[in-house]
Amino acid sequence: MDLTLYVWRQNGPEEKGKLEQYAAKNVSPDSSFLEMLDEVNEELIGEGIDPIEFDNDCREGICGTCGCVVNGVPHGPQEKTTACQLHMRQFSDGDSLTLEPWRAKAFPVIKDLAVDRDALDKIIQAGGYTSAYTGEVGEANQTLISKPDADYSMDAAACIGCGACVAACPNGSAMLFTSAKIAQMAVLPQGAIEAAERVNSMTEAMLDAGFGNCTNHYECEAACPQGISVKFIAKTNREYVKALAK
Amino acid sequence: MILDGKCPTGPIEKTWDKHCFDMKLVNPANKRKYKILMVGTGLAGGAGAATLGELGYAVEAFCYQDSARRAHSIAAQGGINAAKNYHNDGDSVFRLFYDTIKGGDFRAREADVWRLAQVSNNIIDQCVAQGVPFAREYSGLLSNRSFGGAQVSRTFYARGQTGQQLLLGAYQALSRQVKAGTVKLHPRTEMVDLVVVDGVAKGITVRNLVSGEMESHWGDAVVLATGGYVNVFYLSTNAMGCSVTAAWKACRKGAFMANPCYTQIHPTCIPQSGDHQSKLTLMSESLRNDGRCWVPKRKEDCEKTASEIAEGDRDYYLERKYPSFGNLAPRDIASRAAKEQCDDERGVGPGKRGVYLDFQSSIDRVGEDLIRERYGNLFEMYEKITDENAYKQPMRIYPAPHYSMGGLWVDYNCMSNIPGLFVLGEANFSVHGANRLGASALMQGLADGYFVIPYTIGHYLAGVTPGEVTDEHAEFAKSREEAQARIDKLMNVNGKRSVSSFHRALGKIMWENVGMARSEKSLNFALKEIPALREEFWQNVKVTGKSDQRNGQLEDAGRVADFLEFAEVMATDALHRKESCGGHFRTEFQTDDGEAMRDDENFCYAAAWEYKGEGKAPELHKEPLKFENVKLAVRSYK
Repeated sequence: MDLTLYVWRQNGPEEKGKLEQYAAKNVSPDSSFLEMLDEVNEELIGEGIDPIEFDNDCREGICGTCGCVVNGVPHGPQEKTTACQLHMRQFSDGDSLTLEPWRAKAFPVIKDLAVDRDALDKIIQAGGYTSAYTGEVGEANQTLISKPDADYSMDAAACIGCGACVAACPNGSAMLFTSAKIAQMAVLPQGAIEAAERVNSMTEAMLDAGFGNCTNHYECEAACPQGISVKFIAKTNREYVKALAK
Repeated sequence: MILDGKCPTGPIEKTWDKHCFDMKLVNPANKRKYKILMVGTGLAGGAGAATLGELGYAVEAFCYQDSARRAHSIAAQGGINAAKNYHNDGDSVFRLFYDTIKGGDFRAREADVWRLAQVSNNIIDQCVAQGVPFAREYSGLLSNRSFGGAQVSRTFYARGQTGQQLLLGAYQALSRQVKAGTVKLHPRTEMVDLVVVDGVAKGITVRNLVSGEMESHWGDAVVLATGGYVNVFYLSTNAMGCSVTAAWKACRKGAFMANPCYTQIHPTCIPQSGDHQSKLTLMSESLRNDGRCWVPKRKEDCEKTASEIAEGDRDYYLERKYPSFGNLAPRDIASRAAKEQCDDERGVGPGKRGVYLDFQSSIDRVGEDLIRERYGNLFEMYEKITDENAYKQPMRIYPAPHYSMGGLWVDYNCMSNIPGLFVLGEANFSVHGANRLGASALMQGLADGYFVIPYTIGHYLAGVTPGEVTDEHAEFAKSREEAQARIDKLMNVNGKRSVSSFHRALGKIMWENVGMARSEKSLNFALKEIPALREEFWQNVKVTGKSDQRNGQLEDAGRVADFLEFAEVMATDALHRKESCGGHFRTEFQTDDGEAMRDDENFCYAAAWEYKGEGKAPELHKEPLKFENVKLAVRSYK
């Protein structure tokens, strides 16, 4: 199939960017979205044009490195799918695709479709952990955790930290990302003791890093490649209220 | 040179405990004076940096990714082994030790493997304390499953995302140390040289992947946890950025590369669909718990759909060949068996390079819901890639390069032959011998990071004056200049052929000649082709863009250039090892029924290669392997 691409080209965080038009020809429907970009880049290199820069690594949908906005939707049209796992059979011959980087105040553009997501690391550094030292910590089965709690915790922990939720949010909020970690820890006995401190410091770090706040648009859940539920935001709000009492 | 692994002696059960006591300690008040450079933030590097930070050392951690949470450990699906014996099925530290030695086809060091098995239980305890959401039973207890190469149920897992959850546990512990100020992170930074001063590792040169600047970092010790090298095959299950570069730069400075010919070709990957393909995707080995491998008995049935082939016309070849292990045979054996069926023209799918992995009998037995609970995310991933529903028709799988058992040579303390240079996880050669068992990579990464390096590095540092050599030493400037010169050289070739076309060409040479089956003829052929391709690379590669800003082409070019040097050592090692063992299968050395034939009399050693410069043959050093606790025997899974 043949496609027309409109790709955001920007040389650096302070430079002005613009959309450039490129042709993607003879694209195999079995190739992934990023493999399609690889082939476009090979063409560009042949023509002496700088290839399109985009972040990617594992190409199996788990590392969270890749992602761009495809026709207005983070990671493109397929539900619960990262850009690297999006396959070209989702598109039709003759389609036009507009590719843009994640757009958020907290994610400055590095080049083209690659953005700086250090801000997400700062949120985790603020308290997204249990304060367990490496060493003798007690036998694992001494701490019983009910299966529903373990499953709930795992549902939240599945977040890959790609930032699509931020790109989808009209407020540029990282609330889904932040609350997934808060909820994962809050429901476990290991994490419960520090829950109040965690919810305070992580939400504060989120705002400090330039993310907006949550006003319940739920665009984040719709964009999330892992299907992380907004119920974790509700859980975080409850944890926040509980923390006020302490 | 005969190498000495410096393993402790005495009863194997006591070796690690005794060694821990014998090692020197660094006074708690002095620890902050020592600077440790950790390269790589996967399971081994992330866990190591976090733990060394907790101890109070000044740690600087480097990764090429944009965040310390993204290393390729994250993609491990199936699980992590531990000898907890929760199921009362006969497991023990000794059995895990025994299985790992046997699984590695008797080419690993006993003492290292014992230590791994011993600390495996601490790892599970540690991860639970960190809040890793392992799978649980309704009782609230931890759940287990079995994995290839073992007859006990000792694998802990978090759905099909175990690597992700363990890595995030380590990343969170690391984040806590960043907040505490003991660890400084350098993401989007690639190591491009090791700085050695008077024979001792004292720092690294790194390239900032955003600004293109060369930076020097000094340290009282340098730790490499930079993963494996199977991207030398171009198509592999590794991430796009995985490379041999850091390890290879260390080799160029004198570190020995051990057993590079031991590469693991994983049996359950999604077959290649076309030339556009950039990587291969693994389907967890755990699928073999409930999936049965088969191909049609007759060639003429290969064109039919699976449902058109009657039960009696199917060849469940693993169950036929290995009745006691069946579909749970170790990876090297399962991969070769799949290749044999396809070589016999009984493969299925496009190009006939595929075998079926069929879940129908398990779905009939336990129901689709339970299968979905166990493997749902894998079935979803399979459908996204192939557009096929594996609940309704069997998966198609084929072996793909996945893991490197070989790596930098290290002694029992995980220190390379260059004092002050430590190597952890997949980047070293230590515990998996010639073949790694499933769910052992995560175990090794975390064992090295959480429980080995914190002890052994102290023993080394206790004899070092902190800050004795800093980046003001002339070697650092020299290293920066050399690294910059190499970048300039790449930018100035101005040839016609893209970086990725060279990588594909190298991959083809390696896969066809140094892949699942090797022969003297194929290896000699590869040893002619690799230098020729390398020469063309330096005359005809085209790198676009600038070197003083982000430039993915330039990054790839540097990595491919290193693979082009490393590949030759890998083929040389495979040529010299005139036996078949584990992941190294030489067609000249097999039994009548096609099983690997080891030669313990002549090859019971680790082969450590010293790089002697381009165009020169590397020099072989041997570390003899002794088996005092597990008897050398023919590995049988029948």
